[in-house]
This record gives sequence, C-alpha cells and structure tokens, in this order.
Amino acid sequence: MTTATAGAAAAPGPIPPAAGRGRVLGSRPWVAALFLLPALALLGALVVYPIGYSVYRSLFDASGHGFTGLDNYREVFSDERIRTALKNNVIWVIAAPSIATALGLIFAVLTERVRWGTAFKLVVFMPMAISMLAAGIIFRLVYEQSPDKGVANAVWVGIHDTFAEPAPFPGAHPRPGGELTATGGGSYTTKSAAHAGSPAALPLVAVKPEDVSGAKDAVAAEPVPGKVTGTVWLDFVKGGGGTPGRIGAGKKALAGVKVQAVREGRTVASATTAADGTFTLPGKTDGAQLRLPGSNFASRYNGVEWLGPSLVTPSIIGAYIWMWAGFAMVLIAAGLAGVPRELLEAARVDGANEWQVFRRVTVPLLAPVLGVVVITLMINVLKIFDLVYIIAPGSSLSNANVLALQLYQSSFGTDVNQGVGSAIAVFLLLLVLPVMIVNIRRMRRERRP
Amino acid sequence: MTTAGTGVRATRPLPERIAARLGGGVMRLFLVAVGLFWLLPTVGLLLSSLRDRSDIAASGWWQVFAHPGQLTTSSYDTLFHNDKVMHSLLTTVLITVPATALVILIGAFAAYAFAWLEFPGRDWWFMVVVGLLVVPMQVALIPVAKLFNALGIFETTVGVVLFHTAFGLPFAIFLLRNFFAEIPRELLEAARLDGAGELRLFTRVVLPLGGPAIASLGIFQFLWVWNDMLVALIFADSGNPPITVALQQQVRQFGDNVDILSSGAFLSMIIPLAVFFAFQRQFISGVMAGAVK
Repeated sequence: MTTATAGAAAAPGPIPPAAGRGRVLGSRPWVAALFLLPALALLGALVVYPIGYSVYRSLFDASGHGFTGLDNYREVFSDERIRTALKNNVIWVIAAPSIATALGLIFAVLTERVRWGTAFKLVVFMPMAISMLAAGIIFRLVYEQSPDKGVANAVWVGIHDTFAEPAPFPGAHPRPGGELTATGGGSYTTKSAAHAGSPAALPLVAVKPEDVSGAKDAVAAEPVPGKVTGTVWLDFVKGGGGTPGRIGAGKKALAGVKVQAVREGRTVASATTAADGTFTLPGKTDGAQLRLPGSNFASRYNGVEWLGPSLVTPSIIGAYIWMWAGFAMVLIAAGLAGVPRELLEAARVDGANEWQVFRRVTVPLLAPVLGVVVITLMINVLKIFDLVYIIAPGSSLSNANVLALQLYQSSFGTDVNQGVGSAIAVFLLLLVLPVMIVNIRRMRRERRP
Repeated sequence: MTTAGTGVRATRPLPERIAARLGGGVMRLFLVAVGLFWLLPTVGLLLSSLRDRSDIAASGWWQVFAHPGQLTTSSYDTLFHNDKVMHSLLTTVLITVPATALVILIGAFAAYAFAWLEFPGRDWWFMVVVGLLVVPMQVALIPVAKLFNALGIFETTVGVVLFHTAFGLPFAIFLLRNFFAEIPRELLEAARLDGAGELRLFTRVVLPLGGPAIASLGIFQFLWVWNDMLVALIFADSGNPPITVALQQQVRQFGDNVDILSSGAFLSMIIPLAVFFAFQRQFISGVMAGAVK
C-alpha cells in the first residue's frame, strides 16, 4: 500500500446527505468548532500549509534565497536524470494500471463460477497487506541473476534449454600444441586429415568435474574399413596418472560431442559421440579434417538480466502488478456481483457465446468500475517509490528512476536541491488535480439532488 | 457453472456441452496455476529465511525440496540477536498504534460534526476535505520537515505519528461521515430527549453504531502505517527506525545478508498478514469504501 488515500482516490461512492434543517443538535457553532478543531489543525498545518509552501519554495533556488521563477520547472523537463524519471513514470502510468486491471478483470470473471474462488482471491489479494519493502525484498530474491538462485532465471533458463540444447562441456578445450587447434567461433579443428580405417584421437581438457560425473571410461574406437572413426575423451585423470594423449584407465569418455568432417571449409558430414566417446563418420569423409564446433563448448546460458539497465523498470512493474492485481480483482468482483444475471442469460439465449457475452455485455456494464480502478491505480503509480528504491540495485537505480524517487533524492538524498524537489512535488499535485476536481463535483452533485 | 445457466445449457447439443466441460477444466487448471504462481514469491522468501547463510549463497530456495535437511531456524536466531532490527519492531508498534488510534479519534470527532452538527460553511469545509483525499503526501515532505525541525520533533516518533495522522484524516473523515450520516435520526433524537449532551451522544450512540466503519478504517490505517517506509525514512529517528527502514538500511548491502533480510522481511509481514486474514472483510470493505461502494 503506497497510500491509504489511494483507495479513496477516485469517484467516492454515493454520499448520503448530512442532516439538514431540523437537525438533532442546536446550531451552536462553538460545539462544532470543538469537534472539528483537532482535525482542522492537523490538516491545516501538515497538508494545506505545505501545499502553499511547496508552490512558493519551487520558485526559489537550492539555497532558498534566490528567486528563480520557473527555472526549477524547466530543470524538471531538461535535466537528464529527471527526464529518465518522467519517461519511466509515463511507462509506469500506462502499463501498470492497465495490466493490473486486465488481470483483475480476468480473475474476477473466472473465479465467479468456481466454488473455491474465494481461496484464489485470498491468495491474489494477500500481497496488498504486506509492505512494499517486503515485496521489494521478495522480488530482489526472485530476480537474482544466477539461475541457481533466482527463481525467475531458473525458470527462464529451464525453458530456454528445453528448446536450445545446452552445450555439453562448456569451457573445455584441447591441450595447446596438440593435434587440435583453435579455428574461430570457439571451434577446434585437426591439423591433419582423417583417414578411414585409422581411428582419430581427439583429447580435451578443462572439463568441469560435474559435467563428467557418471561418465563411462573412454574406449579407443575400432578401425572400421570405409568409415572414419575416432574418440573424444577427457585427457586428464583426477588425482594424476595416465599419459597425456593416450586413452587409459580413469580417462572419461565425452559423450554427446558434435564432430564435423570439413573439406575446404565446407561441412560434409557430422556425428555425435556415443556414451563411450566414440564416433563414426561415413566413408566419403576420408581425407577431410575433423572439427569440434564451438557449440560443444559455449558457456552456459545465464538467463536474463532482470535488474539490468534495460529491463529494470518492466521487472519492477511486474512486482507492482503482483501486489495490486488483487485490488483490481476485488473491486471488479464486487461490481460483477451487481451485474443483473437476466441480462447475461438473455444474451446467452439469443445465441451469444461466452466470449461475446463477456465482450458485449459484461465489460460495458463494468465500465464505470473499470474506470475507477484504473484511475485509482494511476494515482497510486504516479507516487511509486518504495518498490523502485528497494528492488533496483545501485548500478541501475538511475535507469529505474521515477519522479517520487527523484523528489526524495533532490529533497533529502544525494543531490540536494529543495527547489527542484518542490517543483516535482507541485508537478505531482498538478497531475492529480483533475481527479480532485472530479471528486468535488461529484460530491456537490450528489448532495444537491 | 451458475445454476441459472444449467437450464439453458442442458438443452445444448452434446458436443457443445463437452466443449463447455473441457473449457471449465482448462479454466480451473489455469486458476490453480495462477494461484501457485502468485504464491511462489512469498514461498520463496519463507523458504529462503529457513536456510542458513552458506546454503543461500550456494543455491536457490527450491533445493530444500530435494534436501529437506537444509531447513533451519538459524537465520531467525541471528535476527533475534540483532538488537537494531528487534528494537525497530518495537518502534514500528510505537508508531502504528498511536497513529491508528489518533486518526480514528480525531477523524470520528470531525465526521460527527460534518454529519450531525450545524455550523457555517459546513458543506464548503467538507468539500475541502474531499479535495484533500488525493493530495500526494510527497507535496508535504519538505515543508513538514522544516516545520518539525522548528518544533524540535524532526526525526522523532511523535513527528511520524502526527504526519501519518494528518494524511490519514481526509479518508477517515470521508469514510466515517458517510457512515454516521446514515444513523437513524430517531436514535439520536431519543438520546437527546433523555438529556444527553453532545459528547455523551458522540461516545454512547455514534461511536458504538459506527463500529463497522471504524473497524474498516482502523485496519486500513494500521496496515498502511505499519507498512510505510517513505515517511519513516524522512521523519523517524534514523538511529532508532521502524522495521521497514531498518531493513531498507540492510538492502543497501544486498547479497551477503540475505539471511537477515529474508527472515526480517518475513517477521515484518507476520503482523500485517495476521491482521489481514483475521479481518479480511473489514479490510476489503475499507478498500471498497474508498473506491466504489
């Protein structure tokens, strides 16, 4: 919850008229004054007076003595960092309320027909009760870079590796000065040509121990007439021993390595090593060079940099939606309960399918509720601070900058200029002014029927 | 399926009914998946807080499903011995309870006047209160900091409480006035005939009848003050801050202190979650009172 008043942001419900003439108590204004005094004193000193002071202060420079006119406002729109904040606020205000409301609508409509819908709603609504700080820490953990620690990248890398085979032996390479030499793109190629009937030996080193745990011992390939054969193995025995370049006890087979036969730069055939490290290529490759392509040794896919400069804002918006979709859902569900069943049934009887009923009847009837939800969320998002401050790591904080954060930095943080801070505050106030006016007009309309 | 729908559905051809069944199954599956997805981040925090520092540094929380032996309360032991964080929890209580009580009390006084007392410019004053509903508190940070400095209550619990009370008041007055205005006039008139004065009328009739609205407001304000970080960051004593700020200070060195952060964050969530689950109905009606009724 960024603010308690967020809930009250837009379009207050029907306002019952206050007691009119012939009221219970006599008109003794001093009694009313006593009842009102504490509230008006606090509101005057801590809400109304500050508005005036902020407007006044925004016209002065950092020291507070030099009158600068509208310069602070100009700076809000020209300073590089504040412009990033403005741009991000626009992204926030457009994306977060619309996505949260769309999800809330979907959840509200779907749960309406499910018996355990209440349990579902409770789960989705629950994040509203916790602090943005706690949610921020929760999502710092979710977005951790290492796929071994952050659940977002663990899932992402899992999906990625399902579609794109991960390299079997990242980082492996031949011993320098051996038969295999580096040939660009991470690949290694034999210096001399392979010949049918004389098995090729392709030893590698620098394989990570976990990549060969459970691997078989390597086996020297049998010479097969009319075929090119060979073995790829780990030319290293844990704890020492063995002769470099020779297959022997304790030397592990490297299974699943892709071997290509290359003639004049063109791949003529390819094979993959078996569990014992051996491979067999057709006879036409006789005289070709053998190449181990770079895809065998590419470093492991490390997932997405969620909190890096380019993705940090969308990632934090994701955390916000996690917190606030429940708010949209609960309000929309309440609105849905007020939609007359007969209208929906009439549409169904007329042959409309569920999608048409949803699109043509439910959504138009819910339009006022959807409007209230979107506007409430927009006002809320305009002031977003805690989530950004907590989730964005120091290195990308400037990329994730938003107005409320810049206001804090300008007023109390690293770049103190309370003139600019006040200008941002007044700018925020101006942005919510239309909603304030709508609220007041609604109230006046309803009090004078 | 809604009961109203079954009558129509039963007359539909078989293939369509099968499709509807399948659709229902897919929908339920989808909802279960979304529900689990929504729980995942919180479960991640809880399980992270139940592993020790070296396990957290080495692998993700889901490893506890493969190695249940990793579960330990050592992070909480560390947390309970961290005086600053533990003391911050007390500070949070010392801020939240008065700020909630004050906003209810002062808000109810004013709401009563707006609903049942006659005074010049009543509608105009109430309009101002409605207007203040959406004022972003950011607009008050610099001026109030200056004011509190002059009063000598900058960086004190008193200042934080006053700030929260002031910014909770517009919503409190709005919510309570609308509720009080619907109290039947006869009840008040009867009490009046029995000779009750204004104060007595307020404490014996209006406050008890306003119970549901006061509960909604109280829960709303309680959660919002408990969860606040920005106001506390500026106005609370930085040497003795509430838990949100104490943990925020830790976030700056995110990485080697995930044990304290995860257990601390979970500890800070327990009270709000307990309040939420115990009073969901009031909380939801508080949320709705502000938006749609």
